[in-house]
Amino acid sequence: MFDMDGLLSLKNAQAVPSGDVPRMDIEKFRESIICSVEAGVRLSALFGHPTGDDRLMLLAVLADDRAGELFVCSTVVGRSYDSLTPDCPQAHLFEREIAEQWDIEPKGHPWLKPIRFQASSRPQQQQANSKTPLRVPQQQQQQDADRMSATHCGVADFFRVEGEEIHEVAVGPVHAGVIEPGHFRFQCHGENVLHLEISLGYQHRGVERAMIGGPTARSIHYMETLAGDTTIGHATAYCQLLEALSGCGVSARVQVLRGVALELERVANHVGDLGALAGDVGFLPTASYCGRIRGDVLNLTALLCGSRFGRGLVRPGGVGFNVNASRVEEMRSRLSVIAKDSAMSANLLWETPSVQARFEGTGQIGSALAEQIGLVGPAARASGLERDVRHHHPYGIYRFAHIPLATWDSGDVFARAYLRWLETQRSLAFIDEQLRSLPEDTVMVEVGKLTGNRIAVSMVEGWRGEICHVSMTDDQGRLSRYKVTDPSFHNWFGLACAMRNQPISDFPLCNKSFNLSYCGHDL
Amino acid sequence: MTALLVNILLPLILAPLLPGIINRTKAVMAGRKGQPLFQLYYDLWKLLRKGAVYSRTTSWVFRAGPMVALAAVLTALVIVPLGGSSAPLHFAGDLILLAYLMGLARFFIVLAALDTGSAFEGMGASREVTFAALAEPAFLLGLAALAKLTGSLSLTDILGGLTWQIWSFGAPELAMVAAAVLIVFLTENSRIPVDDPNTHLELTMIHEVMVLDHSGPDFAFILYGSAMKMWILGAILVQIVLPGTGAVSPAHLGVSLAGMIGLAVLVGMVESVMARLRMVRVPQLLLTACAFSVLAIILVLRRS
Repeated sequence: MFDMDGLLSLKNAQAVPSGDVPRMDIEKFRESIICSVEAGVRLSALFGHPTGDDRLMLLAVLADDRAGELFVCSTVVGRSYDSLTPDCPQAHLFEREIAEQWDIEPKGHPWLKPIRFQASSRPQQQQANSKTPLRVPQQQQQQDADRMSATHCGVADFFRVEGEEIHEVAVGPVHAGVIEPGHFRFQCHGENVLHLEISLGYQHRGVERAMIGGPTARSIHYMETLAGDTTIGHATAYCQLLEALSGCGVSARVQVLRGVALELERVANHVGDLGALAGDVGFLPTASYCGRIRGDVLNLTALLCGSRFGRGLVRPGGVGFNVNASRVEEMRSRLSVIAKDSAMSANLLWETPSVQARFEGTGQIGSALAEQIGLVGPAARASGLERDVRHHHPYGIYRFAHIPLATWDSGDVFARAYLRWLETQRSLAFIDEQLRSLPEDTVMVEVGKLTGNRIAVSMVEGWRGEICHVSMTDDQGRLSRYKVTDPSFHNWFGLACAMRNQPISDFPLCNKSFNLSYCGHDL
Repeated sequence: MTALLVNILLPLILAPLLPGIINRTKAVMAGRKGQPLFQLYYDLWKLLRKGAVYSRTTSWVFRAGPMVALAAVLTALVIVPLGGSSAPLHFAGDLILLAYLMGLARFFIVLAALDTGSAFEGMGASREVTFAALAEPAFLLGLAALAKLTGSLSLTDILGGLTWQIWSFGAPELAMVAAAVLIVFLTENSRIPVDDPNTHLELTMIHEVMVLDHSGPDFAFILYGSAMKMWILGAILVQIVLPGTGAVSPAHLGVSLAGMIGLAVLVGMVESVMARLRMVRVPQLLLTACAFSVLAIILVLRRS
């Protein structure tokens, strides 16, 4: 086991002086990350932060699930540094993001191209450096000679397989369904997919940049809409962060209500996904029932706060709405109906051979690969990895009430579907248990001014997996850096890997079994 | 005159009803209200009044596709009898013509799809042709077994000559042919378990993805042609399963029409209770159909 000495250790949602973060030289930084990741620690976030002069501070957040601790370390680099990715594939997208945002080159990165096709945050640097290290076509490099304007989204070189009978299929960014935009480039041999490259970035809104100088009245709304279906998850992560940075504690009632809302979000999305998976294989009964049941669950969230997606519920210092006893009773009685209906509907999936024939063995990801590329959430647990922030880095109500960790080991579409059902059952039981013993307390406390020169990491297990927010404050107590890592950021590459040597006609099914967020990735 | 009415006018009017019945069955099974029974009629009327959009990369082949396909299917209608009556056009060997007309329709739809140069449509075309290559032998061999059994080479005589007496001694081979034709029916009309007509996922489509680029009246032709194709294959299947007495009678026509509705309901039920096959499994299903047809032929030959 790698010795984690020399790295700053902290707990989930704990603020520490940013001066305490060890600043290593780049060799030590690389070694720390590579060795600890080899020892089973995960890279939860890796991002750049300008130091004021011409250099860039790289900050890494490592999550040690076994010890329940987070580690932070940093280094300062100039125009380039030796890439981590060849030794630590989990850093792949993070390093592309850093290269794009700060115009520095991770040397030796195997696939350096933009992920959001945005102009760098350091325009003055770009003029000096007309030869971008990023892989955009020559023609466009000339068009954007000054690189002041953003590159055109999706215009880039894609990995190509050459050979007889190899053909390329391009899907998106405009899709047939009402879904978010993303571009998928398949290299196929007949019906067989040899390689899939996913190119996103169409939803980039600059949320992280907009948070700097905050928090403002708008900040919570940005957080609630980071990924619309994960409103509670992201808002909770943000609020925990502010509460940690300002040193205020929320009441037990608030923790329970946030937990209930988070699990309701999980149940609604998991049930909806089961229905959508059934729809993708043309299995009508579950598709119809689950679509309806998802609505019932969303309505429970609406009972809490008036919004089906939980907007306005989680607020810094507490929750925006209190519930009374009669409403709690109403929720519990509706919950028991939902539990019955969803069991009936989901079990149809496991009992129908034609559905199982489609699910089993499709889009397999072994646990070794899942570990290597750093999958999180249900996708990781379906590959047999025990990764759950609620379990390993407990926060809020999960410090007192535990949800049993569910895993499945086959790593295929079936595993990802069945895992959702296991989690749905456990979440439903958890919600009922929590509502039964809802502690009486205040639901809102004042959040004071943020302490200056602090750094804090806040992690939440959203329904897609680990949501990681990192923020730093300047000496005035304003946010000087806000970094969001949505679980989709870790998992999109998993989808690409799952499609290797699969029939292209199974792509929609695989895609749905991951059901990743586009806007959560694009931020 | 009656034959003309029954064999031409009735299908022309009623064919678009079949998809409506299927959709309504699926809706009822799923506890939904569902789209109107006459939705396809509304869609056709809407599309016919619209203009068509043509990509600059397409040629006359793309425009000819829907027309040729519809024309071929309408011609096929003339040689397929319904309800024990004789088809307006019938001669020895017209069952071969039927197979070729169906092939012609498919060929032009596929050409039009390839003409767009889209990766999706090329993929759909390749799937369609692959599966057709297996569905056609099953269909033709099945008809050959019937031809041998009834001692005739004309569809009118084959389907008119099928009576309860033949079923009473040739039930095994007739049942096998019916099963083969049912599988071909589901395949050719892009129904579950082979294809999912309701999906929006281009990568999983077979037939639907080939016609993505057609619009307006062209698309109306495609939809109408598909409905007609469903009617023709359905009529053949229904007349195998529900044979008459050998004489033309309104009762038999009624039974046949009820059989068509029953078939549509059956398709809707199948789609309501099972998922699609994985695409690599579809050839196995079609080979099963071929095996049924071959077995039927062997049984018929042994009998004679």
